[in-house]
Amino acid sequence: MSNHFSHKSSSELDSVVIRFAGDSGDGMQLTGTQFADTSALMGNDIATFPNYPSEIRAPQGSLFGVSGFQVQISDQDISTPGDELDLLVAMNPAALKTNLQDLPPGKMLLVDSDAFSAKNLKKAGYTTNPLEDGSLDAYRLIAAPMTSRTKAALLDLGMDSKSMDRSKNMFTLGMIYWIYGRSMDHTIEFFQKKFKKKPVVIEANTRALKAGNVYAENLELIATTYQVRPARLAKGKYRIIMGNQATAWGFIAAAKKAKKELFLGSYPITPASDILHELVKHPEFRVKSFQAEDEIAGVTSTIGASFAGDLAITTTSGPGLALKGEAIGLAMMTEMPMVIVDVQRGGPSTGLPTKTEQSDLLQALYGRNGESPVIVVAAHSPSHCFDMAFEASRLALEHMTPVILMTDGYIANGSEPWLIKKLADLPEISPNIAKNPEGWTPYKRDKDSLAREWAYPGMKGFEHRIGGLEKQMETGNVNMQPLNHQEMVKIRAEKVKRVENYIPDLEVEGAQDGDLLVVGWGGTYGALHTAVRSAYGVGKKVGLAHFNYINPFPKNTADVLAKFKKIVVCELNEGQLHKVLLAEHPGHNYFKYNKVQGLPFTVQELMDRFDQVIAHEKVVTA
Amino acid sequence: MTDVKKYTFKDFASDQEVRWCPGCDDYVILRAVQKALPEIGRKKEDIVFISGIGCSSRFPYYMDTYGIHGIHGRAAAIATGTKLANPDLSVWVITGDGDALAIGGNHTIHAIRRNVNMNVILFNNEIYGLTKGQFSPTSLLGQRTKTSPYGNTQPPFNPGELAIGANGRFFARISGNKPKELTAMFVQAEQFKGLSFIEVLQNCVIFNDGAHDRVNGKETRPDNQVYVEHGKRMIFGHDNNKGLRLNGLKLEVVTIGENGVTEEDILVHDAHDPDPTLHLMLTRMSNPIVTGIIRAVEEMPFDERFVGQMEERIAASKGITFDDLVESGETYILD
Ligand SMILES: Cc1ncc(C[n+]2csc(CCOP(=O)(O)OP(=O)(O)O)c2C)c(N)n1
Ligand code: SF4
Ligand SMILES: [Mg+2]
Repeated sequence: MSNHFSHKSSSELDSVVIRFAGDSGDGMQLTGTQFADTSALMGNDIATFPNYPSEIRAPQGSLFGVSGFQVQISDQDISTPGDELDLLVAMNPAALKTNLQDLPPGKMLLVDSDAFSAKNLKKAGYTTNPLEDGSLDAYRLIAAPMTSRTKAALLDLGMDSKSMDRSKNMFTLGMIYWIYGRSMDHTIEFFQKKFKKKPVVIEANTRALKAGNVYAENLELIATTYQVRPARLAKGKYRIIMGNQATAWGFIAAAKKAKKELFLGSYPITPASDILHELVKHPEFRVKSFQAEDEIAGVTSTIGASFAGDLAITTTSGPGLALKGEAIGLAMMTEMPMVIVDVQRGGPSTGLPTKTEQSDLLQALYGRNGESPVIVVAAHSPSHCFDMAFEASRLALEHMTPVILMTDGYIANGSEPWLIKKLADLPEISPNIAKNPEGWTPYKRDKDSLAREWAYPGMKGFEHRIGGLEKQMETGNVNMQPLNHQEMVKIRAEKVKRVENYIPDLEVEGAQDGDLLVVGWGGTYGALHTAVRSAYGVGKKVGLAHFNYINPFPKNTADVLAKFKKIVVCELNEGQLHKVLLAEHPGHNYFKYNKVQGLPFTVQELMDRFDQVIAHEKVVTA
Repeated sequence: MTDVKKYTFKDFASDQEVRWCPGCDDYVILRAVQKALPEIGRKKEDIVFISGIGCSSRFPYYMDTYGIHGIHGRAAAIATGTKLANPDLSVWVITGDGDALAIGGNHTIHAIRRNVNMNVILFNNEIYGLTKGQFSPTSLLGQRTKTSPYGNTQPPFNPGELAIGANGRFFARISGNKPKELTAMFVQAEQFKGLSFIEVLQNCVIFNDGAHDRVNGKETRPDNQVYVEHGKRMIFGHDNNKGLRLNGLKLEVVTIGENGVTEEDILVHDAHDPDPTLHLMLTRMSNPIVTGIIRAVEEMPFDERFVGQMEERIAASKGITFDDLVESGETYILD
């Protein structure tokens, strides 16, 4: 296989994509995170994608128990964890079997040869050992006895064999640090902090890391090391942020800016729970996180807290959003400010809890009884979750309406560098709070925004009742007159529609007019952006319009759509935004591209589809 | 609370026309609440009534306080949010037997378990009033209703048993047609720190008329209802000569002056006993039915624990700011 080896001893790369794959218990998430963090500290842009099974500890060595963590590091601004792998780390045969298809020939494959026992091979369904049968000849295979080498390095620490095994992922990481010229300092510091009270564990992990590093250095098989230079990201102070964490922080910031306390009513559900996990940590910011008995109590307690004057939010995923529907209708009807976060996962029903999808859009837009429009916005990357949580709060508080914020498992669990935002960097939020009780009624409206005023218990002279029954215009008294009802239905819809006057225009990336407008929303942004940039970069007249605001659409939407000959709406569902666009902006030459595999788009498949659409081929959904 | 204006019940009546059926006990309860509020020493703007859906749940519209007419079954959950957002408020949940025990059963038991400091008034008419007469979780076995034309085959809940089973700290049962008793009860419920759960035996004149006649009726009440009060003997009856006493592990009705029974043999009610055993036995009695405050055992309410922990964390965090948060842990500078 020597023809695959580079002759140089060190070469520079623009970017590297690595996937760490192993048993759920092998610590692949931690290993990948360490590699990503270290690279970010060295100035690379990074994007990560954890992909783990829904079983917490699936049987060891089983195919369905394989956990993966993919990271792309780059010297450029990147927005996806990459399509094709440069290096696959497979800690056992099952990991190899389930991941090898994503490794192009000629690329590097690093395995723990100790894990390729007869038993493990059988569990993974191999009849012969792939390390020996020539089936991996197309790859640059590095089979290292990681388990036994790790044990050898830790022998005199007096640990039992199982505990020693736990450090083998650090041996692996040590090897990879050497291959990509990364410093081990950050990770060693991490051990020292994380295991402060367990010096043996610090020592074991540090030794394993260093042993792996030295092992790689001395291994003749690794003829080349690689460097990825720092990216030219904007100057400033960064941290690595995960989507759910960014969402949580966005709300804390919004509450501060609105001078409100933050209330969260929530019930645990994958992949939304991490927002709850983050917010429960922060009572010091007067964040009140309430774990309710179910999603209905989560959202209704949120209504109660909103009525009492808090910035109130509830967080969930698709099945929970379904349970909250009736209560969101109440919040819409009473015109209470609140934010509902839907971290989408694969559906329907329990579906694919740990995988990503965008199939709740229609539920968010229409999943309530009666005419009940609410604002729907979406975040498009891990750090953008911060911005949109903040923005959703602003819209709720200033327009007195529930807002649904859509994220998804992919950006919620993914991470990227975030140019830190401080409170002073953020705009003010001005809740529409009632001031003068003289002649005040709860459903009088601002003449521009149509938002009503917010008065809450404790405010003297504003005592009033709200409820789900139809109400008289302005006074809010129960009223079932036919014309009043029709009028109120229209006013509530118009209020949401007018939000278009308070949100930014839709931006177009790449070509500003021409052959093909790529349309997307939410967590697919990274892949769409990368694909459109590439297509545009080679001279194709392709632009990208990515919707952060879905209800209402930005005001210039019709203008943008009209500037292109064809439009392809790309979504991780069967065509939900496509349906909405057809209804609200008919008359364009729409195509769609859809994928529902629980996986994000690859850049390559998107580019292929763009070419097909431009060539006017008949479009078949994936 | 010294600066609270002296209110009368009229201050708590909203300008909305009350629209229950004439003769419905709901009118009695509404007036009793309006009369209780001037006694509790709270400002009008600090009082919130929260209901679900049902005849009874129209209640907040008739109160000139803050109020939410919510969705079916969710009043207790809405109120929990209100109370956590602002624990200083006086929060009242108005609910029906269908609202609280069928669709909202989960929220009811969890609000009780948590011991949210609020008052829950259950209007128990043993029927779905608003939807016109279907059986409810408190309707009797065999009861003929619109959805049980041949007799109800679903055994009922006893709300008291349910409340105490959910670790209820305050449970009271009371007739729906005794204005003064009701007013006094609501005042005591508000004064109790923790979740006060009050089952009102409410008559629905239209769909279940007379359901509580045996215990609420003028003639029949004395022999069929024992109104217990903490520290007093459980004596009842037309001639005030009947009482409850323990016989082994069972409660029994005895007559003072018969079979050598003296007043001293009659149980003294201890509503404050943390052990709920006797309270449960009292709620389960059917002949006579036990009313009054059966259980009242104070324990730190959930909202106080919750906010107390928050205040502790605030104190411990020594003025940490949002900017500190985003800069905490690992950060790095690119230039
Ligand atoms: C989600 C939902 N399901 C059903 C109903 C219909 N509904 C309204 S009130 C009610 C029962 C009310 O009974 P109860 O709680 O005992 O109140 P009452 O009218 O007897 O005071 C029902 C079934 C509803 N409004 N909402
Ligand atoms: S239906 Fe029954 S409960 Fe409802 S208002 Fe009429 S009498 Fe009262
Ligand atoms: Mg009822």
